[in-house]
Amino acid sequence: MAKKKSAFGGLENPLTQNFLVPLLAVILSFIVGGLFILIIGKNPLEVYAALFSGTLGSPYGVGQLLFKSTPLIFTGLSVALCFQAGLFNIGAEGQLQVGAFLTAIVGMKTFGVPALLEIPLLLTAGMIGGGLWGFIPGYLKAKFGAHEVINTIMLNFIAAALVSYFVTNVFNVPATVHTPPISPQGRLPRFDTFIPAMAGSPVNFSLIVAFIAALLLWYYIWHTRYGYEVRVVGLNVKAAEYGGINVPKNIVLSMTFGGALAGLAGSNFVMGYKYYFEEGFSVGTGFMGIAVALLGNNHPLGVIFSALLFGMLDYGGLVINTMVPKELVIILQAVVIIFVISSNKMFKRFLMNLLKKKAASGND
Amino acid sequence: MIENILSIAFLAQTIRITVPYALASIGGVFSERGGVVNIALEGIILNGAFCATVGTYYTGNPFVGIICAVAGGLITALIHALVTINVKADQIVSGIAINLFAVGVTKFVLQIVFHSSSNSDRIPGLPHLKLPLISSSPVLTQVFGNPLVLLTILIVVVSHFVIFKTRFGLRLRSVGENPEAADTVGISVSFYRYCGLLTSGALAALAGAWLAFDQHSFTDGMSAGRGFIALAAMIVGKWTPLGAASACLLFGFAESLQIQLQGVGIPTQFVQMIPYIATIVVLAGFIGRATPPAADGIPYEKE
Repeated sequence: MAKKKSAFGGLENPLTQNFLVPLLAVILSFIVGGLFILIIGKNPLEVYAALFSGTLGSPYGVGQLLFKSTPLIFTGLSVALCFQAGLFNIGAEGQLQVGAFLTAIVGMKTFGVPALLEIPLLLTAGMIGGGLWGFIPGYLKAKFGAHEVINTIMLNFIAAALVSYFVTNVFNVPATVHTPPISPQGRLPRFDTFIPAMAGSPVNFSLIVAFIAALLLWYYIWHTRYGYEVRVVGLNVKAAEYGGINVPKNIVLSMTFGGALAGLAGSNFVMGYKYYFEEGFSVGTGFMGIAVALLGNNHPLGVIFSALLFGMLDYGGLVINTMVPKELVIILQAVVIIFVISSNKMFKRFLMNLLKKKAASGND
Repeated sequence: MIENILSIAFLAQTIRITVPYALASIGGVFSERGGVVNIALEGIILNGAFCATVGTYYTGNPFVGIICAVAGGLITALIHALVTINVKADQIVSGIAINLFAVGVTKFVLQIVFHSSSNSDRIPGLPHLKLPLISSSPVLTQVFGNPLVLLTILIVVVSHFVIFKTRFGLRLRSVGENPEAADTVGISVSFYRYCGLLTSGALAALAGAWLAFDQHSFTDGMSAGRGFIALAAMIVGKWTPLGAASACLLFGFAESLQIQLQGVGIPTQFVQMIPYIATIVVLAGFIGRATPPAADGIPYEKE
């Protein structure tokens, strides 16, 4: 069997699936986006050239790209972890809201704590907030079999309403929709303090935290017993049960950890950028995490790469806004998702057909 | 306060809020009864609202606007159908992508057509029919004389009949419950799933048209989560048109109560949460059992 497989020109190679399919999806989406640009009478090549040079062409552009990518890495990892457990976390948006909010609240109440303690404290607050918001749907799924997709969607709205209530009625600075500032000790240093060329871009040490989180997740999923259990549950719940794996526990843990990862996304904004929580600071970062995880094939390294791409598009929209409406990048992102899920599926079917044909003709 | 709640204006307000929920929610019932999860309702509402606005703007005729909305909704649902029924890709992700696409494309075209990133020019609303019994009350005429309100009531009843009392409905439900069995007896799974999904596209687009006419314009992101409330109502209503419509009425009632009670001290945010909390409670099985169609969300792969 192993020998037979290699006869297909390497198509079944994970490299192909991990890189070729996403790459193809991205190229196709740029072509579709190009059509939109053509329709309004602009030159796609000029627009794309501006998009790339505005983001990758200067240290400031790179800084902005990294800043936009940081929360996407967190939410992408969150969705990816849950996917590994066979769970669909559409709730990263709500989890990051609660996480960011709790970060800000703890931060405004803990003035005077040294930075060495304050920073881990605030990161933990973010994880607890997000983790709690992930725990709820996990528990409902494990205990009552309630579908996590619907519950996480509902919890997104509940989180938004709850946070909105507290920000407008309890913790707000009068006449604003944001909280008082956090303790200065809780601020994560910005990169431009070390790299002057990035001046003006709020990219900060949250990015390093994101990389560490990716590394830890990779280790957890592929190199620990717990991660092995998570993957078995994700692949086949029945087999996991027969194998003596506690399925409900793994469901609850995965959703909670996923929520905690999403909760960290708030650190980029609260601890690294504005130093307070502001209503409506995240516009779909959680939902975009789903796209990031899919494009990255639910692998931490893939998540980082695709978060960088989506971060580039996010900031790139602002760069090209003088030429075409910046919503072009939203169209691009949507089309990327559709192509990724479609091509993954078609690619698999293509392989299956090829295998069948080979099996049929290979018996002589 | 009681007088406020029992007033005709309050009733009118409740109906106004309920109509788009009910249309989209019944759309969701059609789609999911056929076995396709339709998270794209939100995006279809948005596209429907936009197409209604553009169609009405260029022709001055709101009925042309409605036709445009339905066309836009069908096209959006068609994308979802191609991706999920033909390619058999993940229905939830496809829905999310379509919602994103709708946000992008409406805002993109808004800037091209109306040169604004936030709202369209003003469009005329639907004309009101003079109905015999209520013509003396301007408020009632405003609500029940609106052709879309009448159409919605008709759709609720007809949908329930179609889904539970006709051969078409039986087949639609069969491909959502057990596509293998349906396929074995010669029912085309793809055909019925297309029917369910396209119906949901048309209905959700009507919900969007309602929003546009109600506001006499299109504003950026005007679906404002209504697709998800519709989805919630569909679950609370246990995947039946009458149940979904009742849940929508309940949500609409709660919302207009909140508007009525503004300033009394109940935070608006808590009223906003009602549909979502209700859904979670129902899904967890605290109030009866909410069981989706057995094959809901699963692409059908022929062996």
